[in-house]
Amino acid sequence: MADVLVIAELSDGKVRKTTLSAITFAREAAPLLGGGFSILVLGAGAKAAAAELTGFGAAKVYACDDPSLAQYTAEHFAPTAAAVGKSFGVVVATASSFGKDLLPRVAARLDAAYAGDCSAVSGEGGKLVYKRPMFAGNAFGYCTLSTPLQVVTVRQSEFAPAAPSGGASPVEDVAKAAPGAAAGRVQFVSLEQVKSARPELGDASVIVAGGRALKERFNELLEPLADTLGAAIGASRAACDAGYAPGDYQVGQTGKIVAPKLYFAIGISGAIQHIAGMKGSKTIVAINKDSEAPIFQLSDYGLVADLFQVVPELTAALKAKKAAG
Amino acid sequence: MKVLVALKRVADPDNANKIKIPPSGEKIDTAGLEWKLNPFDDYALETALRLTENGKNPKARLGEVVVVTLGPKECETTLRAALATGADRAIRVEATDEELDGRIVAAALKTIIAEEKPDLVLMGKQAVDGDNNQVGQSVAELLDWPMATFAATITEEAGAVVVGREVDGGVLTLKLGLPAVVTVDLRIVAPTSVYSAQTDRAHKYAEGVRFAALPAIMAAKKKPLVVKPLAEVAGGMSRTAHYSKFEPPPQRKAGVKVQDVAELVAKLAGEAKVI
Repeated sequence: MADVLVIAELSDGKVRKTTLSAITFAREAAPLLGGGFSILVLGAGAKAAAAELTGFGAAKVYACDDPSLAQYTAEHFAPTAAAVGKSFGVVVATASSFGKDLLPRVAARLDAAYAGDCSAVSGEGGKLVYKRPMFAGNAFGYCTLSTPLQVVTVRQSEFAPAAPSGGASPVEDVAKAAPGAAAGRVQFVSLEQVKSARPELGDASVIVAGGRALKERFNELLEPLADTLGAAIGASRAACDAGYAPGDYQVGQTGKIVAPKLYFAIGISGAIQHIAGMKGSKTIVAINKDSEAPIFQLSDYGLVADLFQVVPELTAALKAKKAAG
Repeated sequence: MKVLVALKRVADPDNANKIKIPPSGEKIDTAGLEWKLNPFDDYALETALRLTENGKNPKARLGEVVVVTLGPKECETTLRAALATGADRAIRVEATDEELDGRIVAAALKTIIAEEKPDLVLMGKQAVDGDNNQVGQSVAELLDWPMATFAATITEEAGAVVVGREVDGGVLTLKLGLPAVVTVDLRIVAPTSVYSAQTDRAHKYAEGVRFAALPAIMAAKKKPLVVKPLAEVAGGMSRTAHYSKFEPPPQRKAGVKVQDVAELVAKLAGEAKVI
């Protein structure tokens, strides 16, 4: 019997929605191990944030509330995550930039085997089997880890956010574990957040993504469409590299992996690395003037047309539809 | 500055959709695909070269770059290519791909780094075959060194590097006292991403990575390359991540082409019911 520990992620003192995907993993994995799960919240204000997580069925919600954890750095967080994690069978976080940064460090500290970015979990003979995308999503591997303690990150788009299940998990304070020499040599300088009224790419149910073909008119064309749909804006690597879109818009193997309900690929030809990041989307719409573009091989609806003409048309049509109710 | 760069060869990522998985699912067959340097490691090598030169006069080397890989003899092709591009020395850990997983690679690199004592360890944020994104962070922990993952910019300062990391929703900047570990993201090879202490902050590099000139390829054959057995650097460890089965992703079928915006909107509302 072994239990699962979820490492929660905070942003401005609040629990990030990413955490709910790791809780879903824990709810699936714990019964396979014949155990339960707990949650660890680390950060300045962790105690208050822990209260947000007491209704999910966790055996305990641990809170390490320490002013020195106000800014996340793996060097300060990993020792405590490992100290709490060492009495568990599996330590998990969602594969956000936080989880991907922290958990391999926790794994090394615990001499645990690690599986990153898992998309599903199953049980076989009392052991967990992790399904992982590899080769830019061109293969899935079924992975087992043979260390007594295992550390994993899970893909937000594949584990639906957990809904509260009622109950009141007890909150238990934990002291910050002494950081190593590494912590003394890392200094937080700044966080430049891109503030946007639009949803985050990872959370959005609709994404409007553009390619290099949009050129300097990337924002001018896509922003009204995204705002009409309440969508997040994404971009191909080529559009980011060319400077038409900021780097954090990038969807793909090297950017964000997304699986919204509706994905618009506008002027995106469909390079392997882009497809790896969005092919889990439920409905894909491709608009491209090249009828041979590979994106049409996986889109549900394809429109061969001049972007500069049809994107404003589409925005107007959707606006009209919305106004008509 | 002395920089150690960890490199991995991968099956040609531009043709990753051509990998084959037999119906038994017992392996991923990359036969027919060329071996290439993992693109993120290629960016790490370029970053190391930029950090050990004055950008205005790249011919004069101002530091040392040591490249390391783990794998069979054929991996020396990857190391020689890195030496031709400008690295000074190479180390190969003799191992079969089947013997390795992220935990062992991190342990082996830790041993080599402890011997080599570089100021900075660089590698790609992940290898694009296993896509695990594990080794850099794990090495940093084993060494008890500070780290910055997903680096988009690195500027050298006295005894430190200032690193801009690409994180969800923005850019997080950290200052790391050396020695440290940095894993790089793709924008690290933009023209104004990397500055050594000597490079003028107004300098602009050419976009992307540099290529080796023919004389450098010849000269690289004479640069030192040492081979170490895996047991010497990761003694007693065996792999703990095991793959029992592989499968191809579900194939999406091509859908329909619509004639115009009106038809598209009608389909999205009536058929897909997503708007």
